[in-house]
Amino acid sequence: MSKRSWPLWEVFIRSKNGLHHKHVGSLHATDSQMALENARDVYTRRNEGISIWVVESKSITASDPAQGEELFEPAADKIYRHPTFYKLPDEVKHI
Amino acid sequence: MNTTELERDFQNKIDNEIRIEPKDWMPDNYRQTLIRQISQHAHSEIVGMLPEGNWITRAPSLRRKVALLAKVQDEAGHGLYLYSATETLGIERDETIEDLNSGKAKYSSIFNYPTLTWADIGAIGWLVDGAAIMNQVPLCRCSYGPYARAMVRVCKEESFHQRQGYEIMLTLCRGSEAQKNMAQDALNRWWWPALMMFGPSDSDSPHTAQSMKWKIKRFTNDELRQKFVDITSPQADFLGISIPDDNLKWNEDEGHYDFGEPAWEEFYDVIRGNGPCNAERLNARKKAYNEGSWVREAALAYAKKKSNSENLVQVA
Repeated sequence: MSKRSWPLWEVFIRSKNGLHHKHVGSLHATDSQMALENARDVYTRRNEGISIWVVESKSITASDPAQGEELFEPAADKIYRHPTFYKLPDEVKHI
Repeated sequence: MNTTELERDFQNKIDNEIRIEPKDWMPDNYRQTLIRQISQHAHSEIVGMLPEGNWITRAPSLRRKVALLAKVQDEAGHGLYLYSATETLGIERDETIEDLNSGKAKYSSIFNYPTLTWADIGAIGWLVDGAAIMNQVPLCRCSYGPYARAMVRVCKEESFHQRQGYEIMLTLCRGSEAQKNMAQDALNRWWWPALMMFGPSDSDSPHTAQSMKWKIKRFTNDELRQKFVDITSPQADFLGISIPDDNLKWNEDEGHYDFGEPAWEEFYDVIRGNGPCNAERLNARKKAYNEGSWVREAALAYAKKKSNSENLVQVA
């Protein structure tokens, strides 16, 4: 049965110019054109967007939550990457 | 990490209000509970289109007709958001739909009651969508991310459903005697099934404790039912029609309404398949699925042919 099912697509919507496209959900469609049309009907019935991206779910490579520590921990102890790490006297303004 | 450690970490995340996302480790029971609950929720949205669809062609004005069309289209959308959330748990859409068609998966019992008059459309919007909102608002904070996010969208859209229903009731109740009687009759038929939508009493709801611990559920069935009665009773008073419950009265000491016990035998009987419309609803779903199969296959064949010819053009 699974052989005959339509591919899964992820849908991203830009709500207005100036903002990123944001993931809103997924849907099934046979091709990119149908995915766009379905995304419009399913995810933008109330002016939620002015632009839609669809991408076939199988094309997305995602990081593995189990590797979270090795990927993201190194950033946690680098507090010198934040402006508050640098102590300056109060007299110094606009910095 | 061994399973005990994984389970401890998992529960810690839940306790600290950290959402669980699709690729995170989760206990198998948590996954199965969610698959069952979210897919039943999706099926309810889809089957829920049937009783209302019954009145689209007979809506009393164009204004009512466009509203009802938009509402039914929303229910389809809600079903799709929820099917897509179910799929993040690793079950195929076709399998989910197969479970509905075979009768293995359930949907909300409320949709096994018929819509006999136009007032039923008002009562459904007011009471059935009202009860659904009561259930769904806490689900916006459900521990499983994709379900919670789908619920946020659903709740935003659902509030128009309830208001259009109440507006229908209000118009009927401020109309002729016959119209008001029609509204009362609809309230009489939908009140108890609406109360049953919250599920059995807490004492008969074996999964509640676990679901609360996992923060899939935030309130018990009885808590939500009480809240629904407290909010709905004054709305019925404003309409000037009576809720069909002799035991319904304001309890000053408790700060809540007292109300009668739903007929749970009827509830279980409808779940077992003996409601007025169980067979009709399921047959309508199966018919739509089977008669649509050639469309699904043709669309796939067309996409394949188109992609083949595009490839040929690229090669040339």
